[in-house]
Amino acid sequence: MNRPLPPLPTAIALPGVKRHRRRGSSPALVAAALVVAGLALIPVGFVLWVLSQSSWETAASLVFRPRVGELVVATLLLQALAVPACIVLSLAFAWLTERTDLPLRWLWRALGVAPLAVPAFVQAYAWDGTFPLLRGLWPAVLVSVLAYFPLVYLPIVTQLRRLDPALEDVAATLGERPAQVFFTVVLPQLRLAICGGGLLIALHLLSEYGLYVLVRYDTLTVAIVNQFQAVYDGPAANLMGVVLFALTLLLLLLDKWSRGNRRYARVGAGVARPAPRFRLGRTWPFWLLVPLVTTALAVGLPLVTVVRWFWIGGSEAWHGAALTSATLQTAFYALLGAASVTLAALPIAWMSARAPGRLQSFIESIHYYTGALPGSIVALALVAITVRFALPLYQTVAAVIAAYALLFLPRAIIAIRSRLGQVPVELQQAAIALGKPPLTAAFIITLRLAAPGIAAGAALVAMGITTELTATLMLSPIGTDTLATEFWARTAEFDHVGAAPFALAMIILSVPLCVILHRQAMGVSGQ
Amino acid sequence: MIRLRLATLALLSTMTSWAPAAAQDLGITVYSAQHAGLTQKWADAFLEDSGIPVTIRKGSDILMANQILQEGEHSPADVFLTENSPAMTMVDRAGLFAPVNPETLAAVPQEFRPASGNWTGIAARTTIFVYNTDMVGEKDLPKSMLDLAAPEWKGRWGAAPAGADFQAIVSALLQLRGSDETATWLAGLKQNAIAYRGNFEAMRGANVGEVAGSLIYNYYYFGDQAGTGESSDKLKVHYFRNGDPGAFVSISGGGVLKSSHNPEAAQAFLAFITGPEGQAILRDGKTFEYAIGSGIKPNAALPPLDTLGYPKVDPSLLNAQDVVRLMTEAGVM
Repeated sequence: MNRPLPPLPTAIALPGVKRHRRRGSSPALVAAALVVAGLALIPVGFVLWVLSQSSWETAASLVFRPRVGELVVATLLLQALAVPACIVLSLAFAWLTERTDLPLRWLWRALGVAPLAVPAFVQAYAWDGTFPLLRGLWPAVLVSVLAYFPLVYLPIVTQLRRLDPALEDVAATLGERPAQVFFTVVLPQLRLAICGGGLLIALHLLSEYGLYVLVRYDTLTVAIVNQFQAVYDGPAANLMGVVLFALTLLLLLLDKWSRGNRRYARVGAGVARPAPRFRLGRTWPFWLLVPLVTTALAVGLPLVTVVRWFWIGGSEAWHGAALTSATLQTAFYALLGAASVTLAALPIAWMSARAPGRLQSFIESIHYYTGALPGSIVALALVAITVRFALPLYQTVAAVIAAYALLFLPRAIIAIRSRLGQVPVELQQAAIALGKPPLTAAFIITLRLAAPGIAAGAALVAMGITTELTATLMLSPIGTDTLATEFWARTAEFDHVGAAPFALAMIILSVPLCVILHRQAMGVSGQ
Repeated sequence: MIRLRLATLALLSTMTSWAPAAAQDLGITVYSAQHAGLTQKWADAFLEDSGIPVTIRKGSDILMANQILQEGEHSPADVFLTENSPAMTMVDRAGLFAPVNPETLAAVPQEFRPASGNWTGIAARTTIFVYNTDMVGEKDLPKSMLDLAAPEWKGRWGAAPAGADFQAIVSALLQLRGSDETATWLAGLKQNAIAYRGNFEAMRGANVGEVAGSLIYNYYYFGDQAGTGESSDKLKVHYFRNGDPGAFVSISGGGVLKSSHNPEAAQAFLAFITGPEGQAILRDGKTFEYAIGSGIKPNAALPPLDTLGYPKVDPSLLNAQDVVRLMTEAGVM
């Protein structure tokens, strides 16, 4: 890193130079990515196999019916409202914490990440408990935004902090007003961050179940899970799964189109000067409302609700032994799962950042299709496959980890690929030119620089595992009780008070993960 | 990352030492969709009585039945317990149950178990209509569950149609009145009813006045009354009686799997929960389901079953698949 490089222009937009980038890939890497993709094909194959058992007429009558139309419209409407709302809120939030003189910026910055520590179904549970009449589209949008906006806030903050203000100065000296500078210079450079975060949120919303059942908003996934809980190998559920694939394809095309093919990287010795802060003047109390209201709703409300239940229950409701055992088991699965899923995500994330092409985009999209499926389909597919072809693995830790991989690979891929994409290829090439073997160069330069992204991916996966329910229930070794399964069992019996300690433990376990994400966003590099 | 993996390894070694796998050789594995607290109490008492340890896998009726069907002869389960009978019927039709010991069957009245004798009832719950007394007068109550499909009930009642509980009610309707009448009623349901996630939410919806009444199982109401009562304090219970489909009594089932590695212990467990001690645990617990075996009187808070005029339905004829097909056609699912 300390080798002097010739000074280059501070920011360059390179059009896709394909032949150049292909060098980032190797046969072993492609093979590894293919193996992981093969695993991810299992649930997709299961859905299609069940489907092939029914006649075309049955299939057509099940797809082209008003109910499916209702559900598709409901799902798209939710996406169209919630994802842009998350982006706008995050842009405002990030601009306030990074580019203005708002008081207590460090606090708001941390609180901007904090909602991730509250699992979506705990969030929805708290809202439902406090406002039982919260129903339909708008509440669904509100709770989705509160639960998921940090997923786009984080990459925006990261990117904002890495921008070199020199480019903005150039625009300003050319006579553009601050607002124009933001839209013509800053925003385009945030594009990758916004797209990555937006896609991640969209995929989460597509597969989310608990949240929407609680606010009584039927999406395609809610309907699939209901069908799945009602019948065996129902063609109706699997057909809706295929419709879900179609929606995922739509999202991926949208993502590809909006990502464009420009690459922004700053190469040069030294550090960029910190950007000047916009002075809010006397309007600051008004601006303070943005982070204040957001965090009060996203963190304050669920925390107050859970603590209130906890308080009512007193020490009797603690279930000390069950709580300790569930916490340890959850931590075990979260750590092991995060490590394995991250490792599995590396080859394809690398290809995605360094050797994009048809094969790469095909492999990558398989993971998104699978990731968009509800947990119950994925879990049942794994039950079917392991019982038939790998019985010794059935209901072992390995089977659960495999399910986690299928469900959570997309978040790891997105986190890692965006960070890898920011590591200039030129650095690794320079290392190779200076005599390092390619593999060593990849490790000591690229992976090391991408380490914060890898850690962030691992943290996101660990958070997902901490709150995962269906696959854990069906595939874990018998006797396994995680915080999520215990919370679920108690809320199913309306034992709010008994469920509270488990919800609180989930939140507390997620705090260190939030810290990792926060540190990565703040630009602590992987030295 | 390295530190992370070391921590994982350390945890892995502790995990393997706790793994309960060793218990499986001596004990039994129960797949239970019944209330977790109740199942645990049965397991604890059974261990104390017989010395046989019980490990429990929790789940929900149909999803667990699906899982057992997928597992087939390799199923690790020895015993399967459900909340409603259609899931039992699914497993029974796949031929995966072993016949229940005759002594166990003898402890349960004939009307609460299937003719096949491959599984038995272990508890019962009744269908009720809870109504908000501020919104419906006693004289305006529906005479039959079928009246809820009439236009005057549009937007005024709630249910949890996605759940196995409600589907059991519809399967009784199908069995009693045939598919045409069921399809018509479901079309009325789609028009009129507000769909909730579960029975509890449906009950609370009536309590806060979002709907005037809800069609649910009895124990949600009695459970809330015995607790804080905050989700049912404005409600009264209406029983349809007269053999109406809305007076349906649903049977929770228990059965021993053919593939069980420890069939004797599994049969002993089923005998225990339907026996005097197991049924007393059910009666005294917080679940407010009806005890039905070994002549144990149900919980005193519940009106006796024989005063409720419930329709006679053979539980083994209740068909989940047809119900879901009809519900899908009606656009409810």
